[in-house]
Amino acid sequence: MAEKLYIEALREGLREEMLRDSSVFLIGEDIGVYGGAFGVTKGLVQEFGEKRVIDTPISETAITGIGVGAALCGMRPVVEIMFSDFTTLAMEQLVNQGAKIRYMFGGKAKVPMVLRTPMGSGTGAAAQHSQSFPAVFAHFPGLKVVMPSTPYDVKGLIKAAIRDDNPVVFFEHKLLYRVKGEVPEGDYVLPLGKADIKRKGNDVTIIAGSIMVIKALEAAKELEKEGIDVEIIDPVTIKPLDMETIVKSVKKTGRVLIVEDDPKSFGWGAEVAAGIVESEAFDYLDAPVKRLAGRDIPIPYNPNLERHAVPQIEDILKGVKQILR
Amino acid sequence: MELTKEKRLWMYKKMYEVRLFEQEVDRLFKANMIWGTCHLSVGEEATAVGSIAAIREDDMITSTHRGHGHCIAKGGKLPLMFAELLGKETGYCKGRGGSMHIADIESGNLGANGIVGGGIPIATGAALASKLKGDNKVTLCFFGDGANNQGVFHESLNMASLWKLPVVYICENNVYGMSLHVGKSTAVANIADRASAYSMPGVIVDGNDVEAVYFAVKEAVERARRGEGPTLIEAKTYRWLGHSKSDANLYRTREEIESWKLKCPIKRYREKLISENIATADELDEIENKVKKEIEEALKFAMESPEPSVADIELDVYA
Ligand SMILES: Cc1ncc(C[n+]2csc(CCOP(=O)(O)OP(=O)(O)O)c2C)c(N)n1
Repeated sequence: MAEKLYIEALREGLREEMLRDSSVFLIGEDIGVYGGAFGVTKGLVQEFGEKRVIDTPISETAITGIGVGAALCGMRPVVEIMFSDFTTLAMEQLVNQGAKIRYMFGGKAKVPMVLRTPMGSGTGAAAQHSQSFPAVFAHFPGLKVVMPSTPYDVKGLIKAAIRDDNPVVFFEHKLLYRVKGEVPEGDYVLPLGKADIKRKGNDVTIIAGSIMVIKALEAAKELEKEGIDVEIIDPVTIKPLDMETIVKSVKKTGRVLIVEDDPKSFGWGAEVAAGIVESEAFDYLDAPVKRLAGRDIPIPYNPNLERHAVPQIEDILKGVKQILR
Repeated sequence: MELTKEKRLWMYKKMYEVRLFEQEVDRLFKANMIWGTCHLSVGEEATAVGSIAAIREDDMITSTHRGHGHCIAKGGKLPLMFAELLGKETGYCKGRGGSMHIADIESGNLGANGIVGGGIPIATGAALASKLKGDNKVTLCFFGDGANNQGVFHESLNMASLWKLPVVYICENNVYGMSLHVGKSTAVANIADRASAYSMPGVIVDGNDVEAVYFAVKEAVERARRGEGPTLIEAKTYRWLGHSKSDANLYRTREEIESWKLKCPIKRYREKLISENIATADELDEIENKVKKEIEEALKFAMESPEPSVADIELDVYA
């Protein structure tokens, strides 16, 4: 299997879906000749033309609403919002229109659109370009929320998101674009709503999402040296959330650390923790469920402060040891 | 309306300050001494300086992601700006904000902005506050050609006109919003044409001519102060460098960039001041040397300043 960068796998997924289905088109700011702010759509306008890779004015509300309208009429738009912070501008069309239409219309319509957006800190872009908030969208009935962590996942899941008949919000952590991993050639589709066991282990379950999966895997390598055997579950899709896979793992290990990039309060980690406590896994817990998450602050610019705004590998190591104590 | 020699030399000095500050910032970025990204306004100095020369010290501005020039013209102190870019505790925002978020409430700078169009309603709100308080202040609202397609632009101009608010909207049309040519983003030929939809004057000015900008803004500011409401000014200019730190410049030609470099607002003003006998070459050289020294000292201050402490990471989230 070929090793590919996350960004390449994502682009490959988009490209294959565009080749497969002529109703798929891309729309967003600077996604044409510029190739998107992070280079995800590089080369696609040359291959598919300006009708299928549409550069827009800076108008997030309208771009998103245009996606909703086109989807309602049989197209499969993939809207790119340049930084996830700007999805707040798109909120109205996404949550009041896109998310509700099917239900409001008595199931007589569907909105098969994807809104892709890069999230996260670690690039020094400061408070208005660094936020992670998949949990915000997971709160709205009618939306699906995905945040793939590996090149393999991102390709299979962008395809699933495009083929899904619902509005899907697709979060890509900026620091993942340059992460390498194995990606098979050709078509494969991964299911939405299915968690993935990223590492098997017996002593403690780490439930980590997006960039935190990479950090948790690094931490697990360290812990292995000390004889601690970590299981890592990546929820991948946080809405719908695959509690079954999580509960099964917790029943096995009896110990849980949840690691998320989002601010801690009211985050998806809290949802996972509550889900565990409500489930039959509760009786198997040997220690209280522990959460590590971003602090409840806007992301600061200073690099050292920025690092301390979200969990790092050393925090995960410390967290696991506290649980095992 | 006459411009004094003092004012003209002030404008020259400020434009030169903006240019040198940003060239230094560019150097620091390339040397990996500054974190994150930044957007430079090299080539556009006349719009910031000419506009701000036309307001009082107690008037206010809102700025953009490309805001170093606005900040400097509004009285921003170079040491505190450098310190902010270096993420130091002594910076304008204690190193929490960086290039895109520099604000100096005391000098009337209500903030740069990482959100395109984000400052437009804020400027409008500042003008509403002035009207409610009766403090006779005017707010200048800077934004780019890209921003004029955001909903908030239209919503804000409508209300400002309805309520005759003391605000002047200044669109720095530098031809591109990131990679998109203004002709591909904006359905009207001139952004100033949009003023008619909101029943306010729309003025087009050569954005590379600092005095032309000054006179256009001055007139709009006086109108606003008289209670006659807002004006939309479009300053036509050009961004010499890439959009931000990472920009392969695939969307425009070298020839186009070079043709605009010939219209350098600073070089042009220097020639004008000399040919009109306002200042000698020596006088202007002296100003330039003074600025060079100020930049050096400012950077030294910033370099020697302390980093913020992690213990304070949760400070200032709430009042
Ligand atoms: C709401 C929002 N959308 C997109 C961006 C990304 N972005 C930053 S600057 C920029 C171009 C802005 O163009 P313009 O308003 O003309 O200002 P200029 O950069 O030319 O000075 C874009 C698309 C952003 N910061 N905020």
